[in-house]
Amino acid sequence: MPLALKTCSTIAEAGAALKDGGARYIGGGTLVVRAANEGDVSLSTYVRSTDPVLSAIKVEAGRATLGASVTMSSIARHPDLSAIAGAAKAVGGPAIRNMATVGGNLFAPAPYGDFAVALLALDATVHTTTGDFGIEDFLAGRDGKVVASVSFDVPSAEKFRFAKISRTKPKGVSVLSIGAVLEPDANGKVKSARIALGCMADRPIRARAAEKALAGATLREEDVAPAVAAVGEGVQPITDAIASAWYRAEVLPVHFRRLLLE
Amino acid sequence: MAKVPVQFTLNGEEKAEFVDSGATLIKVLRDKLGDTSPKGGCNQGTCGSCSVIIDGELKLSCLTLAETCNGVEILTNGGLAKDGVLHPLQRSFIDEFAAQCGFCTSGMIMAAKALLDRNPNPSREDVVDALSGNICRCTGYEPIIRAVLTAARSNSQNAA
Repeated sequence: MPLALKTCSTIAEAGAALKDGGARYIGGGTLVVRAANEGDVSLSTYVRSTDPVLSAIKVEAGRATLGASVTMSSIARHPDLSAIAGAAKAVGGPAIRNMATVGGNLFAPAPYGDFAVALLALDATVHTTTGDFGIEDFLAGRDGKVVASVSFDVPSAEKFRFAKISRTKPKGVSVLSIGAVLEPDANGKVKSARIALGCMADRPIRARAAEKALAGATLREEDVAPAVAAVGEGVQPITDAIASAWYRAEVLPVHFRRLLLE
Repeated sequence: MAKVPVQFTLNGEEKAEFVDSGATLIKVLRDKLGDTSPKGGCNQGTCGSCSVIIDGELKLSCLTLAETCNGVEILTNGGLAKDGVLHPLQRSFIDEFAAQCGFCTSGMIMAAKALLDRNPNPSREDVVDALSGNICRCTGYEPIIRAVLTAARSNSQNAA
């Protein structure tokens, strides 16, 4: 099956090109070209866009806007994004990070999509050609959407935590990943928390029971126990070559606890 | 099958070819241009043996479409030696016995070069991180890490 590449100067054009059967959007190619290499015959046209909005990184008044073609390595080395650099650095190895894009990560199926987990914890807004969506809504209905950029308030470094758990280190596919934004109150207790989990469903999800249990708690071992016990509520982890659903569910509270206590 | 024109610089030389649409860069480099230094290991982006350097950035040629490479500068391991003189990294890989079967070697050297071009004085941790996208079945990695650190040290000695 001959493959074609269609390069569009605007994302609107790319959106139109995607209506053709067999067309798939290509960012860095780490997922789509891999699929073609593995013999996915449903793919016949790669569609990409060189629209300048896609490669822009803007950080203004504490709010970051990342174009959908921005790579993990550009995020990792951006001076104003050091608070979340760890999440970008968690994706793949050095070559993958030079290719992997924000947009690609948003559409990546579990066990991939670690950066999307971070974006969920950051409560990002996803700007598409068909409107702006809160990231949770976006993740629930990704099909057919064309992403221009994502935006989020950049947290201070102490508020943002991220852990990617993999069998091989320093780089490997996720057993699970956890993103957390913890807002402290005046007494050093947790005022509010956003906890995002990767590989615990077919998309990154929020651990709302754990978030509730953290409200008003300190980050001392005894105080986080209820949240740790609740973090697995409602999860339906995937089973794949990396780990079984059972294993993922077993170790989730362990790694969540370590993340809170670090 | 439609052919598309592609033009880029490969190891300093201008190349212009008609390639199959949708062809990956590794296919074009190996089969069209005769540069077999990038190796087709996994074709999935997980082994790193196909690594090349495009416009100064380490990339995987098995996942790169050749027709997205118009106007770029591509470096492969095959182009590192100049007039028969090995690149310091190639030299140190030999001296430190960092190659056994040699399949990962090109990719390792590309990853190491990408590191040293950015960070001429890496720590061991920096080296491990820089090589984290390259898999080796033979050496157990230690000789490779040593080779990169040795090359870095000899570079800085030469520069001093």
